[in-house]
Amino acid sequence: MNRIDSAFKSAKAESRLVLAPYVTVGYPTLESAVELALAYVEAGADMLEIGMPFSDPIADGPTVQLASQIALERGVWLEDAFRLIERIRSQTDIPLALMGYANPFMQFGFGALSRESSAAGADGLIVPDVLPEQAQDIEAANAEHGLHFIRFAAPTSPLERLRQIDQGARGFIYCVSVTGVTGSRAELSESLPAYLARVGKATSIPRVVGFGISRPEHLLSLHGRAEGAIVASALIDIVQASPPGQGVEAAAAHVRSLAAAA
Amino acid sequence: MLETRSLPDAAGFYGPFGGRYVPETLVAALDELEASFQRHHRDPAFVDELEDLLHFYAGRPTPTYHATRLSRELGGAQIYLKREDLAHTGAHKINNALGQGLLARVSGKQRVIAETGAGQHGVASATVCAMLGLDCVVYMGEEDVHRQALNVARMRTLGAEVIPVTSGTRTLKDAINEALRDWVTNVETTFYLFGSATGPHPYPQIVREFQRVIGREARAQIQDLAGSLPHTVVACVNGGSNAIGMFSAFIDDPGVTLVGIEAGGRGGDQGDHAATVESGTPGILHGARSLLLQDEGGQIIGTHSIAAGLDYPGVGPELAYLHHVGRVDFATYGDADAMDALQLLARTEGIIPALESAHAVACAVRIAPEASSDHVILVNLSGRGDKDMETIAAELGTRV
Repeated sequence: MNRIDSAFKSAKAESRLVLAPYVTVGYPTLESAVELALAYVEAGADMLEIGMPFSDPIADGPTVQLASQIALERGVWLEDAFRLIERIRSQTDIPLALMGYANPFMQFGFGALSRESSAAGADGLIVPDVLPEQAQDIEAANAEHGLHFIRFAAPTSPLERLRQIDQGARGFIYCVSVTGVTGSRAELSESLPAYLARVGKATSIPRVVGFGISRPEHLLSLHGRAEGAIVASALIDIVQASPPGQGVEAAAAHVRSLAAAA
Repeated sequence: MLETRSLPDAAGFYGPFGGRYVPETLVAALDELEASFQRHHRDPAFVDELEDLLHFYAGRPTPTYHATRLSRELGGAQIYLKREDLAHTGAHKINNALGQGLLARVSGKQRVIAETGAGQHGVASATVCAMLGLDCVVYMGEEDVHRQALNVARMRTLGAEVIPVTSGTRTLKDAINEALRDWVTNVETTFYLFGSATGPHPYPQIVREFQRVIGREARAQIQDLAGSLPHTVVACVNGGSNAIGMFSAFIDDPGVTLVGIEAGGRGGDQGDHAATVESGTPGILHGARSLLLQDEGGQIIGTHSIAAGLDYPGVGPELAYLHHVGRVDFATYGDADAMDALQLLARTEGIIPALESAHAVACAVRIAPEASSDHVILVNLSGRGDKDMETIAAELGTRV
């Protein structure tokens, strides 16, 4: 069984949300990205999203953009993502999903990407600018190597479209919480419960909420409405605001408080 | 025979190029835009209103002009200029801005956003929004804000909000990123008035259809003036809106050579030019699969051109396709070629072209002397050079 599916099964048995912190490859450095990831696991993460930087990340707000830019200035390559996944995989059995934009993946080749990701220990692939109707090649390559290709839902997706997204979806549906880009938000949208209910009506696999999830109370409000949550910008903001050498500990402490609410 | 009339296909592809590579949040809005465009662009009432605006407001048809002194000076082919520089706001961008502006109005969305490089699409968008009573926000790379300061002042005078973009390379590429992020955020209340023949389906098709008027007029005008179809049609290309608008009228004429001119910048090194078709490779950027300037890891690389409107590391998917099937030839002319051509045209004809259009003039200057005197070259003079006077003056060692 794919580790993503196992994680949702055990979380369901314990009435917990799957908590998935996000780590940028090469941020703050190649080495401290490993430390961050392992600290998140130690702090109670149920899954990790590993983000490969791209020069033109149109779905990301300023926080992830800046982290991506810093990592790219250091010369990060897709191979660095595989090495990071390998090092995390050698220490933990939780699911790992590689996230990145279409172009760097296309240049590497979807077949090679799937093979290398899987060999490194990844369980899924998240590509925010590839829609299901354009994903046949990449989904086929992923399936061949046992990876789940993760599909998205948005607040603007009509019910009929959500039903199409569900056809052939694997692992979980990444539910973008708001119309907008990634970035920490103080409050979740008031229309989120109705939207998640709509997604639940159209799909049979777990719903994972991302974009703007930053506080324990956000997670508390998702119980019974979704099966998991991704936290990215809030953690990067903490790393950025911390004095040198203290970012890992501070971000892990936040993951611990999120895990308590998951 | 090329099957160009049926392109794009239902998924927005032109052969291997095009498509729709966007976040899920935008799908509903793109579907809505596509349906609205299909419903309106052949609707007689919509067409009449657009044609009236193109005529009474934008000053169309723009003339085609036989540049006799330039032709004589070069001693070869006859050079004709399609005078898009004479359209209201000073470039072809007004054609598409009027068309999409009317689509914005029927969409019921009061807020319009646009990206701009040289500022011509931003000015055209701000103009149309003022005329239709819509709110306008224009994203512009910080570097372009400085080198096209005059256009920034024009947009602000027209009531638009200009937002300088400080991320990435601070040029058109990054302006499109920010405009897309704005659209993802405000999609339910905002119409994205896209200016280049790039982006996710249906934008390349919409821009082509609204720019088709250039080629349609020029085809009739050149036959009246020269008594035949042109032998060669030249247009500058970056995203490619003026080129696809001009070329679309001649694609089915096998005797007409179509040439797209890319910016060679300072020379051949990566980062020093914007010759995407000549040295780019297939990839995905800003919602479409096309040719891109990128490194081996698939990261988009910086570009350079003296012309802000040619300084983008991609090209429209239909032009990438027309290159792929051999229907459009591409050539590269650099900053110095463009400056030389600009001065020659200014002094022989009394016309100062935009630096972008000067790249197309440079091609005519190069090929005309080698051709016979009955060879007809049609150049799309896509814009006027007023906006570039600071850059031109600096190049000539003076100041404005």
